[in-house]
Amino acid sequence: MDRYSVFALAREAIRNHRGWNRAWESPAPDRHYDVIVVGAGGHGLATAYYLGKNHGITNVAILEKGWLGGGNTGRNTTIIRSNYLQDASAAIYEKSRSLYETLSQDLNYNVMFSPRGLLNLAQTHHEVRGYRRIMSANGLQGVATSYLEPDAVRKLCPVMNLNGPRYPVLGALWQPRAGTARHDAVAWALARGCSAMGMHIIETCPVIGIRSADGAVSGVETTKGLIGCNKLALVAAGHSGTLAEMAGFRLPIESVALQALVSEPVKPCLDVVVMANTVHGYISQSDKGEMVIGGGADQYVNYTQRGSFQHIEETVRALIEMFPFLSNLTMLRQWGGIVDMTGDRSPILSKTPVDNIFVNCGWGTGGFKAIPGSGWAMSELVAKGEPGTLAAPFSLNRFREGMYVDENLAAGVAH
Amino acid sequence: MLRLRCPVCGMLAEETELHAGGEAHIVRATAGDSDAEFEAYMFLRKNVKGVVFERWLHQYGCGKWFHAARNSTSHQIYGTYPAQSAEPPAALLETIAAAVSDSGITESGASAADESTNDS
Repeated sequence: MDRYSVFALAREAIRNHRGWNRAWESPAPDRHYDVIVVGAGGHGLATAYYLGKNHGITNVAILEKGWLGGGNTGRNTTIIRSNYLQDASAAIYEKSRSLYETLSQDLNYNVMFSPRGLLNLAQTHHEVRGYRRIMSANGLQGVATSYLEPDAVRKLCPVMNLNGPRYPVLGALWQPRAGTARHDAVAWALARGCSAMGMHIIETCPVIGIRSADGAVSGVETTKGLIGCNKLALVAAGHSGTLAEMAGFRLPIESVALQALVSEPVKPCLDVVVMANTVHGYISQSDKGEMVIGGGADQYVNYTQRGSFQHIEETVRALIEMFPFLSNLTMLRQWGGIVDMTGDRSPILSKTPVDNIFVNCGWGTGGFKAIPGSGWAMSELVAKGEPGTLAAPFSLNRFREGMYVDENLAAGVAH
Repeated sequence: MLRLRCPVCGMLAEETELHAGGEAHIVRATAGDSDAEFEAYMFLRKNVKGVVFERWLHQYGCGKWFHAARNSTSHQIYGTYPAQSAEPPAALLETIAAAVSDSGITESGASAADESTNDS
């Protein structure tokens, strides 16, 4: 792997950038691997990366049905935060957020993590109480958040109309170390890190069957042939359910389309992330200047990866009320991704009814923020066969035992 | 936007006047059931990539529940039928079988089907 540095950049500048090598290799699959990870999105790649880095397991293949980072990793609104209510959630999301802070240095690749701060607006008295409660919980969990009065919100975000006719801003939960990162760079950086350890990233290779013998996994059937493995990690977000079906069990998830849209680029005017759950919209400004706007999720199961007009209308209507200047902007692109929703809005990192198959899914509408933390916890689960402290509360058994990690308040609508 | 024919009032209802009620034909758990049976009733949905049967409420219309058959990959609507059905009607299943064999079960109907083709 070429190490990226200012000296490498200077050297390549002199020779017209002809000396750069591919960031990751694309080999043909071997016949057998110690671990196969299904899904080369952020979570799958992070799982593989920390398998190598933390646990020394590098005979790993990452199989991807489409192209690397082309699913929800390339379709989210890039928000990173950890201001959740429950201890188990705060632990894994804060681990993830803290890993993001040094991810660029760790991977020698600029993922453009920008800890610009995040406001969760309180626009009803119920939300005021809810966010004060989360702030208190975060204080005990070691997650730095504070509760701001409207004057302080105005100072942080002067372009916002705080006195909206329907829902004036009554305050906000403020996480100063939350922010955004460049979504593609996260996937590319992790892929480069995995490839450098000798792992095989195999794109356009959908899994069409899962083989098991004596109750334990033995391999996967793919469009590129049968590939054997000792352990299998299913990390496929909205399509986890179809993979589980191949392995003969059912997951407590429902797949729905969640959509987002982005405006034409404008000069910098919004240097924090703003989330407004009551009117239902969330917004940040990308480094290119585009306003990145998160929209609503469909209410019914679908796999269409596209949005719908009424959700665009609903989202834009809400945001124009809060940011009147947005009404002058043209929206450039709109897209949808298939998210996997669980009953308690918390993820699943778990063993499964089939030995040596592990599942990492259920991140629902907010998986991007969790990529490094999820990979960290999942790699420990796969390497040791048992969950560590981060993953243990997110077992599949919790739905049977009633041990839910209820995050409907923090995560039910927007991430 | 989905448009479903409400079998109760006969209106062609737009998605915004409907409320989705999730998977249809789920049998309610009862007091004597095991934890596993309760989990299946409460959480384990089929989440099918293909033909789904689901419940809808005509919320801003006649206010009644009904059932619909839809393709979750194409939004094609195969038909709607009364809420008082323990299973999809045979005629609807035949319609679906014919549509699926015509076009393949996934990625069929590139444009969103906006009109119920079969009002059963």
